[in-house]
This record gives sequence, C-alpha cells and structure tokens, in this order.
Amino acid sequence: MVETVEDFTLEALRAGDRAEFSRLVEAYSANIYRLALRMLNQPQDAEDVLQETFLKAFRHLKNFDGRSKLSTWLFRIATNEALMLLRRRRPGQVSLDEPVMGDEGDQEPLQIVDWCCLPEKEMMSQEARKHLDAAIDQLPHSLRVVFLLRDIEDLSTLETAEVLGLSETAVKTRLSRARMRLRELLSAYFGERLLVMRDGGG
Amino acid sequence: MIEHKHTGNCRELLGALSDYVDGELGDTLCAELERHLAQCENCRVVVDTLRKTVYLYHVTARPEPVPDEIKQRLFKKLDLEDLKK
Repeated sequence: MVETVEDFTLEALRAGDRAEFSRLVEAYSANIYRLALRMLNQPQDAEDVLQETFLKAFRHLKNFDGRSKLSTWLFRIATNEALMLLRRRRPGQVSLDEPVMGDEGDQEPLQIVDWCCLPEKEMMSQEARKHLDAAIDQLPHSLRVVFLLRDIEDLSTLETAEVLGLSETAVKTRLSRARMRLRELLSAYFGERLLVMRDGGG
Repeated sequence: MIEHKHTGNCRELLGALSDYVDGELGDTLCAELERHLAQCENCRVVVDTLRKTVYLYHVTARPEPVPDEIKQRLFKKLDLEDLKK
C-alpha cells in the first residue's frame, strides 16, 4: 500500500523524489514564509528561515515517521529556526518555556467599548488591517507564536502543542492571553473609529 | 473592569472566555459563565469583542503568495529551479 500524508506520497518524499518535494514546497512555502515574517518582522530573516526549513526538511525527510502531519513537521522546523534567530538577536530574552513573570500574566480587560456594530468595510479597511498586524507585533514572542499557529495558520491545539513542545493546557492559556491582549489593542483602535463615525467624521 | 464589581471567580471566568468563543468550554463552567453574562453588560461586551477579534484575524488570514523573487531564490537554493511553476 502506498503511504500518503496530506496528498503526498511519503515513499517518494523519503526517497528524495525532486518532483514530489517540489510539490511540497509549492504547497507550504506561503504558510512557512508568512509565519516566519510575522515571528521575525524582518523579510531577510524570514527568507533565511524559509530556505533553511525546506533544506532541513529535504535532508531529514527520510527519517519522517509520519506520526504527525507534514505541515506540522514543517512548522516545527520553521518555528525552531525562527526562535534560534530571535535568540541570536536578543540572547537570554527569548524563551518559550520560561515565561517572564508579568510579561504573560492575565490582566483585567480595560477597554469596554462595543465596537462590534462597526460596518464590516470599516473593520476590513487597509488601515484596520495595519492595526491588526501591529497588534500582533506587540505580543511577547511566547504568546505571539501560539497565536500565529492557532489563529492565523489554523493549527489545532494539539498540533500547536506538538510544534512548540508545550502541553495543550499551556497552548490554551497562552492563546487566551494573546487573544485578550489583541482584543484590548483592537478595542482602543476601533473604539476611536466608533467615536469618529458617531461624530459624523468618518 | 471600569466601575464594575466582579466576584472572586471572575479571573477564572476571564481565563475561560477564549475557550468559550471556540465552543470548547466544559458544561459546568459554560453554564456558570452564561449565568454571569446574563447579568453583566461589561462582560458581554468583552465576549462579543473577543469573538469579533478572533473572527477578524481568521477572515483576514488568507496566505499571500510568496513574492516571486523570494520563491525563485528558494527553488534555486533547493536545486529545484527546473520544477518551479
């Protein structure tokens, strides 16, 4: 029986089949590049991570055991590469397993503005999207990577836990903190937009 | 929260909101949270805006193609130039 994972033939990938590997690169390079770019905020570093991820994947595919999805495996390689770059940039400051107290803790919601009634086009405008991106950039790395994998790359809690070597509980806690912080940041922005619109200025 | 008194278990409830918007909260905590939401306008706003926050990121998260130059360099690095679409 031919063993396939996500529409790829494992036997061919493990045997170093270039055409099959090329299909794998086509399928996942956009996601890997986006993740790296959002983690690092630096196009050159993101490109390095993209290249290194697929170079390592090609070298190590023969050892891929097929227990996780190929995409999860690729995300794990990419995340490790990106974290390594971040640690090199700021030694001693980037850690996934030793959260800095006060950096990750829960905080009570301060922004109580109901901006849900804003028109969709207001929330999807180019300017709004810039704020959505900027809000992610304000998250500490340990929360940001969890949010990116769960809510942007659409991995499950279990897959995210596998990628990061965390428990599912830790993933859920960090996702919750990330989302609550983003909610605060978006509430500040959209709350302003709401005022502008009510004053007839928007 | 602003001008808003919370009971002692509110912190626990705040921590549960993310699971709640995903529909993954256990029955007991979910019922407790919904009892609280029924009488707490501020928390309803937090839940609604949290749900909207997650929604906005989901709908705007379509992956953009890798810029062509970057893709070209990637395929070159991988020695796959002849197979690039």
